[in-house]
Amino acid sequence: MSERTAAERTLTSPRYSNFQLTALVILRMLVGWHFFYEGLSKLVSPYWTSAGFLSESKWLFSKLFLWVAANPTPLVMVDFINKWGLLLIGLGLLLGCLTRAATYGGIALLFLYYIAAPPFAGYAYAMPAEGSYLIVNKVLIELAALLVLLAFPTGKIIGLDRLIFWKRETGKLARLAEAAR
Amino acid sequence: MSNDEQHASGGSEPQVGGSNEGRGIGRRDLIKALASIPIFGVFFLSFFQKKASDDFKRREIMAELGVPEGAPAFIPEAISRPPSELVRVGIIGFGGEGESLVRHAGYAHPDWVEDSREAARKDPRNKSLETYLSQEDLNIAITAVCDVFDVRAERGLAASQVELPSGGGPRRQQAKRYLRYTDLLESGDVDAVIIATPDHWHSRMTIDAVDAGKHVYCEKCMTRTEDEAHAMYEAVKNSNIVFQLGHQNRQAESHIKAREIIAANILGPTTLVETTTNRNDPWGAWVWDIHEEGNPKTIDWDQFEGPAANKVPFSLERFFRWRCWFDYGTGLAGDLLSHEYDAVNQILEIGIPKTAVASGGIYFFKDGRDVPDVFQAVFEYPDRDLTLVYSATLANGKWRGKLFMGHDATMEIGAGLTIRAEGSSTRYEKKIEDGIIDTSLPLFTYRPGFKGIDAVTSATEEYFASRGLLYTYRGGRRVSSYHLHIKEWLDVIRSGGQTSCNIERGFEEAITCHMATRSYQLGRKVEWDAVNRKIV
Repeated sequence: MSERTAAERTLTSPRYSNFQLTALVILRMLVGWHFFYEGLSKLVSPYWTSAGFLSESKWLFSKLFLWVAANPTPLVMVDFINKWGLLLIGLGLLLGCLTRAATYGGIALLFLYYIAAPPFAGYAYAMPAEGSYLIVNKVLIELAALLVLLAFPTGKIIGLDRLIFWKRETGKLARLAEAAR
Repeated sequence: MSNDEQHASGGSEPQVGGSNEGRGIGRRDLIKALASIPIFGVFFLSFFQKKASDDFKRREIMAELGVPEGAPAFIPEAISRPPSELVRVGIIGFGGEGESLVRHAGYAHPDWVEDSREAARKDPRNKSLETYLSQEDLNIAITAVCDVFDVRAERGLAASQVELPSGGGPRRQQAKRYLRYTDLLESGDVDAVIIATPDHWHSRMTIDAVDAGKHVYCEKCMTRTEDEAHAMYEAVKNSNIVFQLGHQNRQAESHIKAREIIAANILGPTTLVETTTNRNDPWGAWVWDIHEEGNPKTIDWDQFEGPAANKVPFSLERFFRWRCWFDYGTGLAGDLLSHEYDAVNQILEIGIPKTAVASGGIYFFKDGRDVPDVFQAVFEYPDRDLTLVYSATLANGKWRGKLFMGHDATMEIGAGLTIRAEGSSTRYEKKIEDGIIDTSLPLFTYRPGFKGIDAVTSATEEYFASRGLLYTYRGGRRVSSYHLHIKEWLDVIRSGGQTSCNIERGFEEAITCHMATRSYQLGRKVEWDAVNRKIV
């Protein structure tokens, strides 16, 4: 693939059909809404803490999570990062603002939630679950949804990123067009 | 679909070439950029609707109840001043409980420090050592130790030097060992004593301590028999010493909160209180370790038996597992009903019941014990229109909180506290109808402590933790309830005031427990004759 075609592809693709674009944007909005509400509801609840979740931790990394749950200083930090992280990631996905960074952040948080309490055979959790899960749970599915959004970005099409990256994108295109002549 | 068509239909980013090149932001671009704003609007609209409705319900409920959801206003029984004056304390009985009390007073045995360090290293949730070190220095000296078992006496001496003091206190000289507690009382080395012997010694030791003018912190059950309770009450009542009975639940934040709930009459007429014990391990059934060095040479058996009802030949089982025999204690009644009763008495101030009926049996631990391992007692308080039920088994670990059942609401107390409205409540009828109170959700929850999880290392410890017997909180900081209970005793010794579990409360506790024991032994209902102050 020539350099030009590669650059063009990055800049011009994805070339989605309306249906594809609509489906992807809906997915982004739904995940964004979920993150945003999770963050906001934690922020407005004076009693919320991740300690209950963390103290249930099982598997390879449980020691670390348990340690956080048991120590006020790291716990306060983790709680802070978690609620503001959720809130900002949700905002990013909903508005299509710095979408790529928000998607990466979301994947990181979901990954941590997953490895803290993975639904592996033999692990039982006291936390009530609304469904039945084996290896795959909704955290993992939401993580996969974010991977899809990373592979098929939409922020620069429908979202504030269209304005944020406007100059850069159009400038690059102009330069490419110039070079093409 | 061709690229151009896609572009025309608004599907993609600015394109190479064509009219898009280097152009400004158009109207269509703005629409696309801000397309999610309406969704954002819907989000906030629904969020604020939900929040407004939740807040409204909450405000309505809190206004109705008139009790704040935060930590209880703690009104100390005694004025706590900086502990300027050193109190010299003697410990009589350095078994498990005695060692624990001394540690919570700031004197940890080096082995315990070592074990706790190891435990904290293995499980970061284990905070025993941290809690110990952050305890306030009570400015006491353990000057005298008395135990009939040499190994335990030696442990007491080792602890008294306090290698690692809590609260930045100084190290101390080693205590002196006394072979007889009477010598300890007469030595002039102590101002106050902690009595942590088996129950059959409590009364006589306390009376002797009163005669010697020493302040007393005595373990529960206050006495083994009704007669001993009367004698001990008279002695303490007619003296100037400060007496504290070892019901550390008096310091539990959730119990203090429960008093606020009762004062605000949130439960309505409360006709039934149910309190329980469920343990399911040998240790919890008093099958305690028999020390390998325990033998007739290292144990002063005659002194151990002392005022025991029946004298029997030397027995390691009886020495190390004394709670299993009526000769030295009263089994579940004195060990665990006493705590449960005192907690209810602390919250409701019910005093001595009118009648008691108890039953049970030795159904699981058929190991030669003569106290029941399954035990139920029902106490009637006709003046209060109230029944108190105690239900216990030592062969099932199901956790059952204390339940206070009122016409308007039910309160369940463990380490925290939950209140649920009754569907047929008179007081909350309107609010339930209006959908403000949802009877399927707690009306009120109170969670004590900081945002963290306590380590629970065994089933029995979990049992204690859930009942607020191990740790409680002051200002969000975790403190041992034992520590607070001893501190209160010392505060009263130094500055005056009242201990929360004084001789009046102790007498009520002892008589209530003995009514249950008597009923179990006689196989009939017993009554408290309030005029002649006698169980009949």
